[in-house]
Amino acid sequence: MTPARIAAASFVVLLAAGPLYLPEFYITSVNYVGLYSLVALGLVLLTGIAGLTSFGQAAFVGVGAYATAVASVQFGLSPWLGLPIGLALTALVALVLGWLTLRLSGHYLALGTIAWGISLSYVFGNVQGLGGFNGISNIPPLPLFGAKIQTAREFYYLIWACVGLALVALVNLLNSRPGRAIRALRNAAMAESFGVDTARLKVVVFVYAALLAGLAGWLHAHYLRFVNPGPFGVGYSIEYLFMVVVGGAAHVWGAIVGAGLITALKNWLQDLLPKLFGTSGQFEVIVFGILIILLLQHAGGGIMSRLARLFPPQRAAAVAPERADDLPRRAAPSRGETILDVDRAYKAFGGLVAVNAVSFEVRAGEILGLIGPNGAGKSTMFNLITGVLPLGAGEVRFRGERIDRLSSRHIVRRGIARTFQHVQLRPTMTVLENAAIGATLRGRGGVVPATLRLERPEERAILFEAARQLRRAGLGGHLYDQAGSLALGQQRLVEIARALAADPVLLLLDEPAAGLRYQEKQALAGLLRGLRQEGMSILLVEHDMDFVMGLVDRLVVMDFGERIAAGAPEAVQADPRVIEAYLGAPG
Amino acid sequence: MNFDIALLLIQDGLTNGAIYALLALAILLVFAVTRVLYVPQGEFVAFGALTLATLQQAKVPGTAYLVAGIGAVTMLLEIAAALRARRRQGLGVSGLLYVVIPTALLGLAVWLAPRQPPLLVQVLLTLALVVPLGPMTYRLAVQPIANASVLVLLFVAVAIHYVLMGLGLVFFGAEGWRTPSFTSLRVELGPMTASGQSILVLAASAILIVLLWQFFGRTLWGKALRATAMNRTGARLVGIPTEASGRLAFTLAALFGGFSGVLIAPFTTIYYDSGFLISLKGFVGTVIGGMVSYPLAALGAVLVGLLEAFASFYASAFKEVIVFSLLIPVLLWRSLASRHVEEEHDE
Repeated sequence: MTPARIAAASFVVLLAAGPLYLPEFYITSVNYVGLYSLVALGLVLLTGIAGLTSFGQAAFVGVGAYATAVASVQFGLSPWLGLPIGLALTALVALVLGWLTLRLSGHYLALGTIAWGISLSYVFGNVQGLGGFNGISNIPPLPLFGAKIQTAREFYYLIWACVGLALVALVNLLNSRPGRAIRALRNAAMAESFGVDTARLKVVVFVYAALLAGLAGWLHAHYLRFVNPGPFGVGYSIEYLFMVVVGGAAHVWGAIVGAGLITALKNWLQDLLPKLFGTSGQFEVIVFGILIILLLQHAGGGIMSRLARLFPPQRAAAVAPERADDLPRRAAPSRGETILDVDRAYKAFGGLVAVNAVSFEVRAGEILGLIGPNGAGKSTMFNLITGVLPLGAGEVRFRGERIDRLSSRHIVRRGIARTFQHVQLRPTMTVLENAAIGATLRGRGGVVPATLRLERPEERAILFEAARQLRRAGLGGHLYDQAGSLALGQQRLVEIARALAADPVLLLLDEPAAGLRYQEKQALAGLLRGLRQEGMSILLVEHDMDFVMGLVDRLVVMDFGERIAAGAPEAVQADPRVIEAYLGAPG
Repeated sequence: MNFDIALLLIQDGLTNGAIYALLALAILLVFAVTRVLYVPQGEFVAFGALTLATLQQAKVPGTAYLVAGIGAVTMLLEIAAALRARRRQGLGVSGLLYVVIPTALLGLAVWLAPRQPPLLVQVLLTLALVVPLGPMTYRLAVQPIANASVLVLLFVAVAIHYVLMGLGLVFFGAEGWRTPSFTSLRVELGPMTASGQSILVLAASAILIVLLWQFFGRTLWGKALRATAMNRTGARLVGIPTEASGRLAFTLAALFGGFSGVLIAPFTTIYYDSGFLISLKGFVGTVIGGMVSYPLAALGAVLVGLLEAFASFYASAFKEVIVFSLLIPVLLWRSLASRHVEEEHDE
């Protein structure tokens, strides 16, 4: 057993035996920590992993709690029915809020959820049917096969069972196809270029986090048997966020550590500070605030990132299997067939014509180099083909179908995969996981099967494929290294392996040799030749002449947005216009 | 509702809207220059109102001690930073800003408060006490991580809000205060009688907005702020110190906040924690302006004020709900109008 597992296992044993040795007061506190942990787990996913934030989590807890309170008290329904009702309501609200704000930049979600959180506490406080500020009391305990879950000790097990399940579910989700897409959300352009619908996925993540809060609300209502607007205000939402920041937003265990720590600290400060100041009041917020500021300034990762360094994992979470089924492959075009046809592509930025009626085609099984000096319009051309920029005029066709109006997410579906000029890897994910993002579109398992681990055969196939592409790129020895720890040359190779994992017909490489040393360039050229051998078509945008000369079948040369030459490398090299573009006019 | 009531509500709405507009502009300025979503802006409103209220009772306001205290902490940080960098340059200026001036302000407040100075002097003293808290806040909390992501800066902003609100409780107590009207003048304007107080608020807000506009357009520092807002790296490359821009933005925001507090104090009872909700209405204004446009943000804030006035007439219990629900159509419109994929670089 690794130290990390021993630590986790001792925590679970101590926790499970809790009711045997803890006095009543602590049982209650630990129950609260459990409820907070559930909400905080959702925030780890939303904030720590996906980079979004919500000030409405306490309000979602409130929706879950009030829904079951109204259902069981006013309609006399079973408390067990209150759970699906509450979750459905929570999901509905989260869906609407998410849909409204998540296509905008991140701070709109923050502001939208503050407004929602405040509005909801006024609604709770002012609607007669919800008991106004007095709330709803006499909520029934949970019936269970004739008995009841009623006391703090009974709820202790129920609450922590829920926390345990939520934790396992979240770990499962993160180590899956949709999980990797979620972890890539902060590089939205990269995620989109491998087929991830980032706007939709953000909504899914937001709803997931809201559902965990809704579950906590259901437990809260039947445990306390009383709801009022107090615990569902924006102040509590902020406290949940603080828990995650203190505990460590990027770690699932950070949720529990943070919830425990903040609860303990709050209890202690609420005893201590009124004695210091002589009057009662919420003085602990000053200490919390200063603590958070210092923590963010000096230890951004929270407590868990320190703990994680003490207990380094011995084994990566995602491991490539020895063998697995092959993922389905695309039908390859026959060699020599025209697959990409750029027809008089035109793009202007204001008065500057970056690409002026440039035409060329890429045929199956060849490497076409698109070269030109700085500012020639190569990168713009690249962005036009990959759907990052809309075309001003002209057409781009791929295997006969127009793709110039498609977004990058839909272009990759058709068999075009790309790399990025500025490497876009997730530095804290392993090399294997990064490459597996490329195969996103080759699987279909969604969030629910991933959470339940029902998509394991597919997951094995994806990881197997990612490892295969990495080995092919010469990175077999680095599968489990963090991508951020590799040298730039190796990171560029990871990008190529990731693109290959998408099973493309056409590979678009944006200055893959930039910043590489001589040997690295040689290795890269070797890899590309091998790919061509297997029938891959490659469009290479470069400005390093030496690198492309010995490698490509044909060249297209651009200068000032115009195509100035095209043909075999030797012919192009001798073309006076090309020499002029690169070296300046003679005399 | 008859015509008279409508006119009265419009007058109310415009008055509140003018104050929200000041807050919206300050919030937008801070966001544009430093990328901080300035949640604690409301605390400066509360501080302004409570400081003035305390001065009117001929007592020394808590802000005087707060400025001296936070100034001392800031100075300690500057000394520590100077020791680490082995550079004494700039410590003199820091000493002046964070120790000498705050101490002088404390002395002035202790001397002036019992003497019941005229209202204008009270207002000026209030602003002098509140404004230095802005740059100190920036120096202490934001500057050390000025390059962090919007998300981290938002957490810092929320933490600042907590600290300042808690300090407000310590230094002003839990009691709420409302100052007497500045003027009892009433003006006949065609069919309606406008209160002199409302006219004062509108005029003062308008003057402050025009001054801000002139500052942006005419002064070197104003242009430097605009440059920083457009492109931080570019601004730095042409020699604009981004720390100084940030400090200036926080100073202006504190001025706008404190002034709003002075203006709002006669209309409503202000508690140490009232600022949050008030500043959020400013936020709604900035969101209407798309977080980029100053005129739209100000107009949006006025719209919030009007909506609030009518909402409090028709359904006062749900006033806040109605005001914040205004965000929904705004966000919907923004969401449908935007098409590009947002990119956040924060590692």
